[in-house]
Amino acid sequence: MKKPELLVTPTCVADIEMLADAGADAFIIGEEVFGLRLAGEFSRENVEEAVRISQRKGTKVYVAMNAIYHNEMVPKLPDYIRFLAAVGADAIVFGDPAVLMSVREHAPGMKLHWNTETTATNWYTANYWGRKGARRAVLARELNMDAMVEIKENAEVEVEVQVHGMTCMFQSKRTLVGNYMEFQGKDLEVKGRSKDRSLFLFDPEREAKYPIWEDKNGTHIMSPKDICIIDELGDLLEAGVDSFKIDGILKSSDYIHKVTSLYRQAIDLFFEKREAYEEKKDDFVNEIKAIQPPNRDLDTGFFFKETVY
Amino acid sequence: MEQIAVKTAEGKRVITKKPELLAPAGNLEKLKIAVHYGADAVFIGGQEFGLRSNADNFSIEEMAEGVQFANKYGARIYVTTNIFAHNENMDGLEEYLADLERVGVAGIIVADPLIIETCKRTAPKLEVHLSTQQSLSNWLGVKFWKEEGLERVVLAREVGLQEMLEIKKNVDIEIETFIHGAMCISYSGRCVLSNHMTARDSNRGGCCQSCRWDYFLFADNQNGDSSQAEKLFDDDDAPFAMSPKDLNLIESIPKLIEAGIDSLKIEGRMKSIHYVATVVSVYRKVIDAYCNDPDNFSIDPAWIDELSKCANRPTAPAFFDNVPGYQEQLFRNHSQKTAYDFAGLVLDYDDKTSIVTLQQRNHFRPGDEVEFFGPEIENFRQTVEEIWDEKGNELDAARHPLQIVKIKTKKPVHPYNLMRKEA
Repeated sequence: MKKPELLVTPTCVADIEMLADAGADAFIIGEEVFGLRLAGEFSRENVEEAVRISQRKGTKVYVAMNAIYHNEMVPKLPDYIRFLAAVGADAIVFGDPAVLMSVREHAPGMKLHWNTETTATNWYTANYWGRKGARRAVLARELNMDAMVEIKENAEVEVEVQVHGMTCMFQSKRTLVGNYMEFQGKDLEVKGRSKDRSLFLFDPEREAKYPIWEDKNGTHIMSPKDICIIDELGDLLEAGVDSFKIDGILKSSDYIHKVTSLYRQAIDLFFEKREAYEEKKDDFVNEIKAIQPPNRDLDTGFFFKETVY
Repeated sequence: MEQIAVKTAEGKRVITKKPELLAPAGNLEKLKIAVHYGADAVFIGGQEFGLRSNADNFSIEEMAEGVQFANKYGARIYVTTNIFAHNENMDGLEEYLADLERVGVAGIIVADPLIIETCKRTAPKLEVHLSTQQSLSNWLGVKFWKEEGLERVVLAREVGLQEMLEIKKNVDIEIETFIHGAMCISYSGRCVLSNHMTARDSNRGGCCQSCRWDYFLFADNQNGDSSQAEKLFDDDDAPFAMSPKDLNLIESIPKLIEAGIDSLKIEGRMKSIHYVATVVSVYRKVIDAYCNDPDNFSIDPAWIDELSKCANRPTAPAFFDNVPGYQEQLFRNHSQKTAYDFAGLVLDYDDKTSIVTLQQRNHFRPGDEVEFFGPEIENFRQTVEEIWDEKGNELDAARHPLQIVKIKTKKPVHPYNLMRKEA
């Protein structure tokens, strides 16, 4: 058994060193115009600095280019890809095959991680993207544990699984928050559309709160609870899943730091002495519960849930 | 770019590249109606691997019958196999695709590369069309799928006309685009609201349309203490919703034809026979009229009126020109009753007696105002007089579903013509 990579989402350059010290092995960063639902906005300058710090710490930096691109973005891809290759980013995260085509031409050695979020649902298709050039597949969050383990058993690519944080439920190109305000005849300040204001939709039937915001990629609606499987890592570790992701979107640096260090401890403890992990795992959950924002409960996502159709 | 029109000897411009009119059908009867009313192709779903698990859907035998029926009209049948498959959905896929090929299906509409590659291997005669579930929005992505050997792509619903033109310019591939019907408001394939809210997998046919439900928008100004959250609506305001108006591009058909778009698609495998017949017949007329004489074409207001008879939502052009605003969304009322009901299907007509034999599809009685329509006739309205059953007994109403009844009509009608009445 080998230890999985612990992949986290810094909110800013200053987080990188701190998170590396807390036990992160790799980082996902990027800018909104190219990547989806990032924990922070990283300009080119920031990316360059993040890579420099990461290299010093012996960690990796993956840059998100997983937006859904319309024609107008196609001419902008080569320059950004060449920039990422030049500064030494370790991989590009993509969903749109346009990125694959552009990387083949402009940075053929660049590693690619396939991540559409919702559509990586079987091992054949993971391997398909592997044959097209992807090094890794990021599995859909809507799969259960058994399905993920089966994909890993059959995968010819690295497999990344999100183990913590919120997930996206919906993305529209329309500006739905602004539209609603306009429909009501309310004057909409720019901040009404921003992530900083913590907008949420309340679903009275489920008594659930879904974070919602708008950005350059449209309107995003997020899960009402944060996945947390720090006490259920055994199957994924035994299966040899290559990367565990903590998604820190809409969370503070402090929160991400604390959660990273807890997952680091949990993984290390499992490899040192499995019984010790089993004894300690409830404590890990309780430590995370203690720092959860008041409106955000934890759950286990779809890991132990059956969906029908 | 390919040529789409020529000038005749008399100097009249005519369209030579007529786009395919592609219609939905949830069952065999709807398929027959779609073809008879003028669809060039029909898309249907099988028992598995498609996205509308609540539709009737077709057995392989029904598909075979549908293909034979369509072939008599020169029409093609496509089968939606556009789930994002999970590991367990791999079982039976090869046999299924081989069956589709065997019964003469022309192509499949696919999202998952698993199904694309399995099809190429086990059923190579089937055309492979990329589903809108892939949310394909740019020409370089289209080029990727072209190089993968796909014959056709259905672009993301978010792609407008200018973008389609640019894609056509850059890549030689068939483009299929939606012209009418209910649309996802999310990027298709990227919405898992149903998974979260009802444990039904939206990308395997379980979508429960949570986008059409009501929600309440709040701002959390207190660092996560949502008991202090600020309501962003007044009590008499409509709740928040992500509910789009239905698509209707009747006015833009000329632009789509001039752009050389290959297939114009009507949404609605869950929709009624009345919807299929009405919408197909209107777009058939629009496409034919434009292609025959584009320079003297104008939209007949009767066509727009006709479409409204089977609509259950207001309509809009969605992303055709721009990103749509609030005027293209629905708040509070997410659907309404259609203005007309399907009342009877014409089975036979006797020229000598002017008596039509109908299969009853909704309650009607003497004195009701009804309208007949179909591809062979001009719409006409009349009042129902006597109603007889099969044996000639007079009835006070046609009240039994699928009952065979007879009435007199003012004008000749033909099998497969429909009778509707105001709801």
